[in-house]
Amino acid sequence: MNAIANVSRREFIKGLFRTGALVLTASVVPEILRAQTSASGTSPTDAILRPNVFVAIQSDDTISIVAARSEMGTGISTALPSVLADELDADWTRVKIQQGDGDKRYGDQDTDGSHSVRSFFDVMRTCGASARFMLIQAAAAQWNVPADACETELGTVIHRPSGRKATYGQLAESASKLPVPDPAQLQFKPKSAWRFIGKETPRYNLDALCTGQPVFGIDQRMDGMLYASIERPPVFGGKIKSYDDKQTLKVRGVHQTVEIPPFDPPCAMQALGGIAVIADNTWAALQGRQKLKVAWDNGPNATYDSSKYRDELKATSHRPCKVIRNAGDVEAEFARGRKIVEADYYVPLLAHASMEPPVAVADFRDGKVTVWAPTQDPQTVQSAIASELDIPVKNVTCHVTTLGGGFGRKSMADFSVEAAYLAKAIGRPVKVTWSREDDIKFDYYNSTSAMYMKAAVGKDGKPTAWLQRSTFPPITSLFKLDAVYGDPGHLAQGWTDVPFDIPNLRVENGAAKAHVRIGWLRSVANIYHAFAVHCFADELAHLAGRDPLDYLLDLIGPPRILNLNGADYPNYGASYETYPIDTGRLRHVLELAAEKSGWRKRKPISGTGWGIAVHRSFTSYVATVVQVEVNAKGELRIPRVDTAVDAGQIVDPMLVRTQFEGAAVFGTSVARSGQITATNGVIDQSNFYDYPIARISEAPFQTNVHLIESSASPGGVGEPGVPPFIAALCNAVYAATGKRVRELPLSKLDLSRAGADSKSSTS
Amino acid sequence: MIRLKVNGVEKSFDGDPQMPLLWYLRDELGLMGTKFGCGVGLCGACTVEQGGKAIRSCVTVMSSAAGSEITTIEGLGRGRLHPVQKAWMRLNVPQCGYCQSGQMMQAAALLKNNHKPNDADIDKAMAGNICRCGTYQKIRAAIKVAAEEVA
Repeated sequence: MNAIANVSRREFIKGLFRTGALVLTASVVPEILRAQTSASGTSPTDAILRPNVFVAIQSDDTISIVAARSEMGTGISTALPSVLADELDADWTRVKIQQGDGDKRYGDQDTDGSHSVRSFFDVMRTCGASARFMLIQAAAAQWNVPADACETELGTVIHRPSGRKATYGQLAESASKLPVPDPAQLQFKPKSAWRFIGKETPRYNLDALCTGQPVFGIDQRMDGMLYASIERPPVFGGKIKSYDDKQTLKVRGVHQTVEIPPFDPPCAMQALGGIAVIADNTWAALQGRQKLKVAWDNGPNATYDSSKYRDELKATSHRPCKVIRNAGDVEAEFARGRKIVEADYYVPLLAHASMEPPVAVADFRDGKVTVWAPTQDPQTVQSAIASELDIPVKNVTCHVTTLGGGFGRKSMADFSVEAAYLAKAIGRPVKVTWSREDDIKFDYYNSTSAMYMKAAVGKDGKPTAWLQRSTFPPITSLFKLDAVYGDPGHLAQGWTDVPFDIPNLRVENGAAKAHVRIGWLRSVANIYHAFAVHCFADELAHLAGRDPLDYLLDLIGPPRILNLNGADYPNYGASYETYPIDTGRLRHVLELAAEKSGWRKRKPISGTGWGIAVHRSFTSYVATVVQVEVNAKGELRIPRVDTAVDAGQIVDPMLVRTQFEGAAVFGTSVARSGQITATNGVIDQSNFYDYPIARISEAPFQTNVHLIESSASPGGVGEPGVPPFIAALCNAVYAATGKRVRELPLSKLDLSRAGADSKSSTS
Repeated sequence: MIRLKVNGVEKSFDGDPQMPLLWYLRDELGLMGTKFGCGVGLCGACTVEQGGKAIRSCVTVMSSAAGSEITTIEGLGRGRLHPVQKAWMRLNVPQCGYCQSGQMMQAAALLKNNHKPNDADIDKAMAGNICRCGTYQKIRAAIKVAAEEVA
């Protein structure tokens, strides 16, 4: 449902645009129904009839489009406005994109879940077409000619019979007095006439990014601003017993220290607490912090040990758990005496490590907060600060900067809350910058998961029964202290929706209590679920002596809409009618990736291997073929990746390809070396030497992205590349070395020829 | 008093001589193009040029910058766009863009000494610069494009 409103005369736009501008807003109820509880407490229904989109056509021909979604590298602040500009028939060189502040009028702004295009594609088009309609009406009235005799071209209305022309800017004021057309009156461009949709549009802020302009959160400054570095409780939920800041205060440039109280459980978006050192510059703050002497009360999580916890998760996954989806009778089939195959898979906690660490600048004056933050979710920043400082939400202004990477970390408001708390405490603007060590040690980690897989295999090598159990501390533990089970939204991520054609199939989920903050990381639960499902499928293929591609096609079965056997399946907030799981599309991308990579022509060469996997997530279908080389010393190279993508209608193929190239690198980091562990509740890793990120020499040398042309409703592209890549990489490692990867990261496995069997080298 | 040149302009500093150049550039001079990434010389986000060489400003203390000429991304093209910046734009290299100042400074230093780097040269020179978004493939291609203009 979309509703366009003419707000050209409305009070709230004064100061934003010149008088006489035609200003339209569009209200949309996005299809997205986030399964998890939104931290801001907003539900999709709250978004009804709140404008999500603003477009203003001004008398100087400038077309201002507000980008209400956060820009963290996907190019969304270019892509969505380009859709509107296309239907408006605007001159792209006159389009000015304004980053929207946090404002509930924009509806849900949390830029996560890979749904920006999915949720806003139609409304952008409707908004553009409505404005174009009104501009034509205005011109027709002025010239006293029929509207249908007028046409538009790049920001100009033209009446060819009389040769009259007027620019959108010249028509804006009279158009602003017209009513908004009924949607039935709108004429959308035929696909063949699209100028921007499906084409490559240069990134809007490219020159700023290439010349070092201060666009990021960490670049923001205010007059009189001080700098803060915060010593946080080393164990999640810990508190200060006592502290001594005498030496700290002697450091040149240090002004004071401020104690930040511990959070009130559940932690949600609150600050972790600790002691802030306030100084003239970042360096002085860091130096002063080193001189703090703090005695901590580490609290109940001080006994948390990630290796013991791993064993607990594994033990849970070996017991019957909560049934999420069931077809047939797996137990009866397992009892029939067929060949049984079992495997345990494990993925550790993972940190985000965006290149720009968490950072925020805040100012508090006259009971109001202004904060600049690289946030994916400015409305949650507003509500979390309002709650912390006990002020109304309307007294919190959140300016969204460009994000130096987000990957889900910056959907969290904790670092902005810290800045606001300190600004109030010291009565001056303050910038809180997290060090890399802070970022790694105090993240909202992607969950760790133990997965148990069991299959009964028939004579043809195909499973007749399939059981999968996944156990992971859930993200909902952030908001509910007793949450131990995965919520339907996260179980839907590659688990409930296992797409195989097996008569007896059961999906289960076991309980797990969180001891650290769990959060969203690019593709989230799909990371561990797709790893287990698609590596186990590869194991069965090899046991059956079949080519993994043929075997996968058999497992997926004939093209059909997947029957989820009545399971609770939120489908990434999309309706199952518009976005069903279509196994035909899965098969199609799989066959395309195989064809483009030359899968069927591959030759067995010692020390090399190919792996394949296909996965649907965020309503997009992705198949990936990874080629690896493993030398005698066990060093891994990834010379080539081929990824086939069916994401429905694509807005900008260059941006989409870029997301999948990036996903392959992201997946490489996860698979090669991604691992967060804890000892006595303290995170063991701290910087890039012990939490390595793939470098140019380790990342895939060449990633080829093959996009399927489609007019289907648009799907996500930011996240879906990660899950199949990781599984395909691990399957390739097996093909090259004969060693099964059942635990991530690969760095725990000895891949050298002399190396032992695929047993994990850690406890 | 420490004296140095930053992007051709004489500067003096009388603060902590142990302060890393990175924080001097950012917090004192307001040159925000040079980025903080790790603070220990592992990621390359803070790369600047000192006397023609790419260095990590997060582990270069002010006392060792004394008397030297520092070039940051803001001064790389000397008022115009450097060939690497042009190539970066032409190939749409950045995703989030945060690491790209450091990537471009490192690439510019590589091209000073090697006008026709091959893949191995590029991997070796750029291995200290992390890009979390994963733009490496485009970085490699852009360096080759820039090399054509430099040569």
